[in-house]
Amino acid sequence: MDKDPMQILLVEDQPAAVRLVQEVLKENNGNHNLSVAKDGVEAMAFLHREGEYALAPRPDLILLDLSLPKKDGREVLAEIKADDKLKRIPVVILTVSESEEDILKSYNLQANCYIIKPIHLERFIQVIKSIENFWLTIVKLPA
Amino acid sequence: MNRLILLVADQPAALKQIQGALQECGMCVDLSVAKDGVEAMALLQRKGKHADAPRPDLILLDLRLSGKDGREVLAEIKSDEKFKRIPVVILTVPTAEEDILGAYDLHANCYITKPIHLRQFVEIIKSVQNFWLNIVELPPPQTP
Repeated sequence: MDKDPMQILLVEDQPAAVRLVQEVLKENNGNHNLSVAKDGVEAMAFLHREGEYALAPRPDLILLDLSLPKKDGREVLAEIKADDKLKRIPVVILTVSESEEDILKSYNLQANCYIIKPIHLERFIQVIKSIENFWLTIVKLPA
Repeated sequence: MNRLILLVADQPAALKQIQGALQECGMCVDLSVAKDGVEAMALLQRKGKHADAPRPDLILLDLRLSGKDGREVLAEIKSDEKFKRIPVVILTVPTAEEDILGAYDLHANCYITKPIHLRQFVEIIKSVQNFWLNIVELPPPQTP
């Protein structure tokens, strides 16, 4: 059975974090394709299929860091969830901020869930695997 | 501190198994059950006999409810400033693609179809609990 790969968009400016997510997802051999946007402007261009992103795939899932250069992740979240074409895409906030204000604001902006990036490598890997397991095998994503 | 899960479903057949599954994970989890949409909203709004009902940390919502449709309940929760922050996990029998899209458009946090077999269902409850109570940072409780 040939199923289209799941498209994941990772919006993350830290190259080390990007590499880690890429490695963990590759390891699990799931049928998915990871795209990376390194700042908020790139993320929105990718989602709107603008310019060089004209042929970008529509993501099935977005992993979004809040602290991003150029355009902040909080703004990106607000824009996604206010856009009728994009709002249905689940957005998993994956960020270092533990601020109650950020957590509350994200949920109020309809982030699908909020996860604090663990400091320890082992735990970070476990979190990525949990995200993959939950969102790509258990949850029914919008087509 | 115990987490509270509100299960909104009109078929209590699996209730014991769900309660068992939740206890098995070793976390302190309380389960509150509403058998239809009207009861669910009364619990959330603390109406009548539910005046002292604690605010749930997570809602598991079946879309097939008697009386008020699950979609209506979802829409009400997600448009109310007091409750919209509470994650809503749709847990329902498989339906059309449009229903899945519709749920996400109404800001359901995620959509899970109920498996036929009970054991798989219990495993899913455990996965939901593990992800939402262990991995995810839940929204802070609303100040009264």
